[in-house]
Amino acid sequence: MAVTQLVGSKIHRREDPRLITGHGHYVDDFTRQGTAFAAFVRSPYAHARVKSIDITDASKAPGVVGVYTARDFKGLLAGTHPAAPAFVAEKKYVPERFPIAEKEVTYQGEIVAAVLAENKSQAADAANMIQVDYEDLPAVMDLEKALEKGSPKAHLDGPDNVCWDFTYTGPEITEAAFKEADVVVTQRVLQNRLAPVPMEPRGVIADYEGFDQKLTIWMSSQNPHFIRLFVSGALGLKESQVRVISPDVGGGFGSKISPYPEDYLVPALSKISERPVKWTETRSESIQNATHGRGQFYDCEVAAKKDGTLLGMRVVQYVDVGAYHGTFGAFQPVACLMAGGAYKWKGISARTIGVLTNRVPTDPYRGAGRPEATHLVERMVDLVALELKMDPVEIRRKNFIQPKDFPFTQNFGLVVDSGDYDKALDKALDLVGYKDLVKKQAELRKQGRYMGIGFSTWIELCGFGPSAATAPATGGIALVESAQVRVTPTGSVIVYTGTHSHGQGHETTFPQIVADQLGVPYESVELRHGDTAEGTAFGYGTYGSRSLAVGGVAISRATGKVIDKGKKLAAHMLEAAEEDVVFEHGSFHVKGSPDKAKAFGEVAFASYGMNLPEGMEQGLEAVAYFDPPNLVWPFGTHIAVVEIDAETGSPLLTKYVAVDDCGNIINPMIVDGQIHGGIVQAIAQALYEEVVYDDETGQLRTGTMIDYMLPSANEIPPILLDKTITPSPTNELGVKGIGEAGTIAASAAVINAICDALSPLGIKHVDMPATPDKLWKMMKEAGK
Amino acid sequence: MKLKVATTVNGRRHEHEVEPRLLLVHYLRDNLGLTGTHIGCDTSQCGACTILVDGKAVKSCTMFAVQAEGRSLQTIEGMAKDGELHPIQQAFWDEHGLQCGYCTPGFIMAAAYLLEQNANPTEDEIRKGLEGNLCRCTGYVNIVKAVQTAAKTMSATPAKKATVTAGGN
Ligand code: FES
Ligand code: FES
Repeated sequence: MAVTQLVGSKIHRREDPRLITGHGHYVDDFTRQGTAFAAFVRSPYAHARVKSIDITDASKAPGVVGVYTARDFKGLLAGTHPAAPAFVAEKKYVPERFPIAEKEVTYQGEIVAAVLAENKSQAADAANMIQVDYEDLPAVMDLEKALEKGSPKAHLDGPDNVCWDFTYTGPEITEAAFKEADVVVTQRVLQNRLAPVPMEPRGVIADYEGFDQKLTIWMSSQNPHFIRLFVSGALGLKESQVRVISPDVGGGFGSKISPYPEDYLVPALSKISERPVKWTETRSESIQNATHGRGQFYDCEVAAKKDGTLLGMRVVQYVDVGAYHGTFGAFQPVACLMAGGAYKWKGISARTIGVLTNRVPTDPYRGAGRPEATHLVERMVDLVALELKMDPVEIRRKNFIQPKDFPFTQNFGLVVDSGDYDKALDKALDLVGYKDLVKKQAELRKQGRYMGIGFSTWIELCGFGPSAATAPATGGIALVESAQVRVTPTGSVIVYTGTHSHGQGHETTFPQIVADQLGVPYESVELRHGDTAEGTAFGYGTYGSRSLAVGGVAISRATGKVIDKGKKLAAHMLEAAEEDVVFEHGSFHVKGSPDKAKAFGEVAFASYGMNLPEGMEQGLEAVAYFDPPNLVWPFGTHIAVVEIDAETGSPLLTKYVAVDDCGNIINPMIVDGQIHGGIVQAIAQALYEEVVYDDETGQLRTGTMIDYMLPSANEIPPILLDKTITPSPTNELGVKGIGEAGTIAASAAVINAICDALSPLGIKHVDMPATPDKLWKMMKEAGK
Repeated sequence: MKLKVATTVNGRRHEHEVEPRLLLVHYLRDNLGLTGTHIGCDTSQCGACTILVDGKAVKSCTMFAVQAEGRSLQTIEGMAKDGELHPIQQAFWDEHGLQCGYCTPGFIMAAAYLLEQNANPTEDEIRKGLEGNLCRCTGYVNIVKAVQTAAKTMSATPAKKATVTAGGN
């Protein structure tokens, strides 16, 4: 790359002027002429038979265009919802899923009927008038009971409730390690079910133009090309007949990756009604129906030597799949593959069991599998330290994979590309003032106060991902990334990427890379994304912290191809040999004679003219696909300090520091923002959030923002950040992902701090969310 | 049945016949096309719909349009004047106080009211003052910073401050 000015600088975000002035374009912000509005009737039961649906009154209600049930979509929508194999290729039972239920509903919120009306309120009114006769069936809610013989089934005609049961490595692999052990620590660790709650709920507008046979869909999606692939297939259209536009997206966090029932039904309704159709999700619909995250528990055993050397780990993961296999739901078992964390182990055995229940499906949620792995290993390591009365810092240092070990092949054969874990830990200890904190803790303990310090020395794999790993995981399509760089005759540059921002600031960072590489003004580079009708044939979307590490590299390579062509043309213009032409600071010049030069803009203009070298076509543009040779591996250390009120059990985070390493940084301001947001989402999991269903009836008890506790600014402590920089050897930009790091790291730090605070009471483990009432009860119990 | 509602929004008079059950936020978005005011919930928790009603921050999903009769409203679209950003908008831009931007208009309006009430709030007062607004992206760190920065610029140039409340007249 050229000498950089933009890369590494805090550049103000380009997307902001429209967003801070109220001129963003979220999907609910526009309506086509002649639109009919959709409302959906959803099952109030977790599990029931649908006996009959009476639409008489609703059909006659004011403004109603039509009322539709499953039968109306037969022949229009083919097949079942896609379920990517992801990390568990072998599936026992994947229930068929049609976007609208006909005879049986299997979670509260499943759609049974749709209404179209002239306006939103009429649609909602008519939906309320539809009479559905249900026969209530037993709901499957408890994972362990669901696995028992004779358990009620989440789907009446399923063989049982086992969606998958897969052993990566059997316990025999850990036998030697456990034999050698001085201590074995055993713990069940819960992962509370979470609602992603992007501030913008989902929304779909579909306009099927019958005479052209063209379908345009506007929707809030992280993944427009995949949606086009799935929806065109289901509607019997060619991908080329369908255009998906995802405008400004108000957050996603994983919940806008997979296709949803409404993504099929709204286009189908447009086809049936021959009108544009619009549907905007309400927040309550969103909490109830958007895919949830986590919802797991782990049974784990760790073997260690007296001196703190970690030896072996045995993990069984139980995943609450929900009522259907989420499209990318089987990604969550990646937690098993990452369970070893930043440490060296003799052996790790891992088995994952996916259990069908009568809850809404789970799917990736920020971090997906990697927060669970970090939480598990960081908790277990602390439990070993507690058992051995070792300092949590010391046990970590003792077992870290060392800088000289990289590239390091871990227990499951994944190759960790780079790292320097001690360095990040040292920096974080300094930043938090560890020595003083330990002293302070001792003093406070004497006063009967509960102060705790918690660590998370996290690592992550991201940047999906090598074709060899991902093509089998998606069922065929390799997660590479595409880019197109087009230079106009006057030298401005349009960059297309297959990733799509939902808050990450790609419109800013990607042009930073290109402008530096081409040596052109930042202002002359534009990024376009989120529209399947523009750019390359296929894009792969934004999730798994992949946009920069895969998409950014594709952009850089396409830019490189543009420069290569420019060089040929410049050589021709300068009457020099191509090998003698160098490109620097936005200009092509002959080696050794810097004034024999052509500026990039001149070459761009010439490329559209007539005086080209023999055989060269007009124009200056290039496409590149980047298939990364490996994943990238960010890491860092987070430290949380907490004090728990002895009277109320209320945990107060008093300090939070994070030292993260995501390799080279394009825009430090954006990186920090990603870390802040990620940390707070994990603090929220640790302290506040949990989707609760009634154990018996399967009724959602946290269905609105009143009951589902999202923290406000008032619950969140100031957060202090620092970095180490270990460039990734996996790509030429040396970059790693940072979108999920905070979420991957933080829950363990917070819970470890709480456990540390309560350790004088003999409390060893606390599950999430660590609410005041939970802690108060534990403290009471322990005090007895 | 429809009722008449006449309001001043961002300094402009509007008059419509609306259903009595129409929420103010829907009136702003659907009747006036002011889509900068967002909807993030259906229980008045999130604050994405915050606007100023006679200078006071109000969640516009908690009012019926007809209750705005005779009132003066200011929305995010009325904050920038003559092509110049309001200092709070500028501060959100400078401090990276937004990511997806969906919560942002609500935060800016809530911050405008907060700073109107308290020109020099402490960090704690800012956090408490913005408690009615939720953001899922930023972890609030840079939102708090943005409000601090805005407070500084606004007290350095008091003329700018006047525009917060003047917009509705
Ligand atoms: S939409 Fe008004 S508070 Fe959420
Ligand atoms: S910036 Fe996305 S919700 Fe606040």
